[in-house]
Amino acid sequence: MSKIIVVTSGKGGVGKTTSSAAISSGLAMRGHKTVVIDFDIGLRNLDIIMGCERRVVYDFINVINGEASLKQALIKDKRLPQLFILPASQTRDKDALTMEGVEKVLNELSKEFEFIICDSPAGIETGAMMAMHFADEAIIVTNPEVSSVRDSDRILGILASKTKRAIEGGSPIVEHLLLTRYDGDRVAKGEMLSVEDVKDILAIPLIGIIPESKAVLKASNTGTPVVLDENSDAGSAYQDAIARFLGEDRPMRFIHAERKGILRRLFGRTKEEQPA
Amino acid sequence: MSILNFLRRRTATASVAKERLQIIISHERSQRNTPDYLPKLQEEILAVIAKYIPIDREKVTVNLERMGGSAVLELNVTMPEESIA
Repeated sequence: MSKIIVVTSGKGGVGKTTSSAAISSGLAMRGHKTVVIDFDIGLRNLDIIMGCERRVVYDFINVINGEASLKQALIKDKRLPQLFILPASQTRDKDALTMEGVEKVLNELSKEFEFIICDSPAGIETGAMMAMHFADEAIIVTNPEVSSVRDSDRILGILASKTKRAIEGGSPIVEHLLLTRYDGDRVAKGEMLSVEDVKDILAIPLIGIIPESKAVLKASNTGTPVVLDENSDAGSAYQDAIARFLGEDRPMRFIHAERKGILRRLFGRTKEEQPA
Repeated sequence: MSILNFLRRRTATASVAKERLQIIISHERSQRNTPDYLPKLQEEILAVIAKYIPIDREKVTVNLERMGGSAVLELNVTMPEESIA
């Protein structure tokens, strides 16, 4: 039985594509056959984050319009044999993303893949609605910041009322909170909303905390999903989140500020600043 | 440590953020399941009332509450004092 997972947030720039790339790669690393779909028609970026931007020939819209087969459009990841990418169209033909077309593609993919990850665009326009519509589970990417939390709540409202499961009265979409760009240091100083604050407000179960990390930019620079950088803080935080998603019990890390020794305090050199 | 804590409290903006979020989100959630026509309905009802009584639009609330199988549309208009006399 295949599972459709939407990675969504409402707000832009919170880490949806980074998380989609990391989660799909992490699932594939663990041997699950996974496909990740870019729903951001006209502003495709999943391909560049995944490092396959030069291998795009056909896209999602081509498949919907019958101009290419799914097999032609799917890009096989070079690092992980179980991972495939379906890129978005870069032409601004947003209306091509029809409910029937999306459903057809998802149905076809679900015959072959264990997990279908839908990378939603920001906002609540067609692309975002389509990415959510057929989901079984949703990962709500949220930054500990007022506009992101508010938008996430709005998205939760839409998930509970406008999606297929909501309309047809099936069991509700399973929701997971993924808190990204978290800075335990600033939380300790009272400068940033804490995990508990965000959990209190959104009232959905937490699947992971991804710390603000230099590894994320490093990963996107080279087109390598950050989860493959297993020694990095963000990479291991995504590993934890994926393990929890698959039902494993892992304690939350990166909640609290890293205790700095007196020398570190004085000379202020943190781990990630050291040359690799 | 007390001086540090004092300084810390002055820069602790996270609690302000949480409070603001709780207020706006509870407000937005209460409107989440209201039908799309409600704002327009409110406008039109108000226009009719305003034809007869000078009312302060800030002092009007329209609420739609679901109770079991039925819904209650509640309209609260605060009348200006002169109009009662």
